[in-house]
Amino acid sequence: MTARTLFEKVWDAHVVAPESTDTPAVLYVDLHLVHEVTSPQAFSELRQRGLTLRRPDRTLATLDHSTPTLPTGADGVRPYTNAAAKAQVEQLEANCAEFGVTLHGWDSDQRGIVHVIGPELGATQPGMTIVCGDSHTSTHGAFGALAFGIGTTEVGHVLATQCLLQRKPKTLAIHVDGKLAPGVGAKDLILHIIGSIGVDGGTGYVLEYRGPTIEALSMEERMTVCNMSIEAGARAGLIAPDETTFAWLKGRPMAPQGADWDAAVARWRALRSDEGASYDREVHFDASKIGPTVTYGTHPGMASALSATLPEPTNAQERRARDYMHYEPGQSMEGMAVDVVFIGSCTNSRLPDLREAASVLRGRHVAEGVRMLVVPGSEAVRRDAEREGLHQVFLDAGAEWRVPGCSMCIAMNGDLAQPGQLVVSTSNRNFEGRQGKGARTVLASPATAAASAVAGVVADPRVYLTEAAA
Amino acid sequence: MKPITRLQSRTAVLTDENIDTDRIIPARFLTTTVREGLGKLCFNDWRYQSDGSDNPAFPLNQPQSQGCEILVAGRNFGCGSSREHAPWALLDYGIKAVLCSEIADIFRNNALKNGLLAIVIAEAQHRWLLDNPGVELTIDVQAQTITLPDGSNVAFTLEPFARHCLLNGVDQLGFLLQHTDAIGQFEKQEKAA
Repeated sequence: MTARTLFEKVWDAHVVAPESTDTPAVLYVDLHLVHEVTSPQAFSELRQRGLTLRRPDRTLATLDHSTPTLPTGADGVRPYTNAAAKAQVEQLEANCAEFGVTLHGWDSDQRGIVHVIGPELGATQPGMTIVCGDSHTSTHGAFGALAFGIGTTEVGHVLATQCLLQRKPKTLAIHVDGKLAPGVGAKDLILHIIGSIGVDGGTGYVLEYRGPTIEALSMEERMTVCNMSIEAGARAGLIAPDETTFAWLKGRPMAPQGADWDAAVARWRALRSDEGASYDREVHFDASKIGPTVTYGTHPGMASALSATLPEPTNAQERRARDYMHYEPGQSMEGMAVDVVFIGSCTNSRLPDLREAASVLRGRHVAEGVRMLVVPGSEAVRRDAEREGLHQVFLDAGAEWRVPGCSMCIAMNGDLAQPGQLVVSTSNRNFEGRQGKGARTVLASPATAAASAVAGVVADPRVYLTEAAA
Repeated sequence: MKPITRLQSRTAVLTDENIDTDRIIPARFLTTTVREGLGKLCFNDWRYQSDGSDNPAFPLNQPQSQGCEILVAGRNFGCGSSREHAPWALLDYGIKAVLCSEIADIFRNNALKNGLLAIVIAEAQHRWLLDNPGVELTIDVQAQTITLPDGSNVAFTLEPFARHCLLNGVDQLGFLLQHTDAIGQFEKQEKAA
């Protein structure tokens, strides 16, 4: 039998009708995640056509993008940023009730960012196909699932048929070797990779992250890496499931139990690229050479080492980015004045991310004039963090401790930065205006973001981590 | 979707590379629950000044860009999010085709499903079109050619099914629903396994 890649194994197992020259494959979807922003028009389409939801049991919804991260007031009113945001949330509540979709809404103790709760619930499993009207669906690839973002028309296709029309993408192997240095983590690694292959380096490909460095990552770190595959243009990024994956999933509410669990793990062990399987393209990285990495420009491919000298712009886009970000060629990002620090998003809002930020902030205070927001990824993360007292570390440091949601990553719920403000953010996009009109975003790890909050300027976290350890 | 066989228009040009979906339609406008009416928000933060008036520096605000239905944009147009609001906004704004040497995957899929001709062309021709705004082009979806003002033709390739759907106004959900039996069969086998 021909040697196959992990991606090919997952793809092959979900083909309902094979692709031909004339038509794409009909690909079966195991899990469809839904949120309020990209689904209303799809539910309307079903209603207009008199169609039903094919698999309510394979559809899971949550509220995350338009939701306020401030708690309900004493008057019992939820502080939505505007009437449209409230109406959008209520529309999803109504759609889920009408079509029979399980919704982790306001009354659920499992509500959270869609890409945080899928894995947390054990809904995300190795070998699955997972889609959502959200480009960061690539996150779930950390479990060896083929997971990718789709548009609203396709959301309608999946609601009605549990299938998508898809052309098979190409494969790109990203081999990572070498040990990450202390204070350098998964976020630095993926920013370095995107900075190297470029913001469109993965366009048309499914990525497979592999090698000893990847195998040594925790599940949360793997999610951070896979989450940002789309920032290199790749719709999906996968990591082969292993003992780390199985241990993380075991016992989660939607994971198989008992004998079913053992059978599932036996099946999942086959989900790795065969010896000699070929990729359309391969690239190699040495993780030991990577330091704290941040973005300096206006897309995630404009990333460099924190201390590296920034290049002189050589084209119109780089000049525009320099003018927007106000960075100085010949200097580094280190030391640039900070206005806001955001810890959160589907990239970096899980418990270990919050621990990493707290380890820098413990016993320290956010610098004068800096606003810091910490937004846990889910109600479960919030509970766990509060049990450990992490929220107290943040509050004592002068940061705001919020209710779970996407918050300032996409800035559509009222959490946003003002024009010209510089935000050091653990999120995934530094596009112009992403965090508020005219706001300037520097993407960074939780440690770098926390260090920057304390220093009041973009700062190297290793100084603080060393001091904390001493 | 109405069939689209041919589009004739002058071009408007945005030379910037990597024009992302947040620039096409900022996220704060995504609280809508309908597809309609997004044209006025297209390129919002680029197109308007802070007082709400048109930004004269935005190329599509310039007189020669008015009425242009073909947008030639810098490489990697539509990168970023999966929001279908991006093609909805462009179409409502009056853009019917985007020509580029590279177009982000999800945006391209979304665009073609809505009848927005997202067409990848070779770098040399892309360069020429970026350097020559306002030229009259004819896009022939059937022949997969773009006719330049001098009468010469530039070939392009659309994914065959997307092209078939554009030409015939095929409803893709309707096409998928024809596979209902096969989908049921797949589910049955999966359950047995």
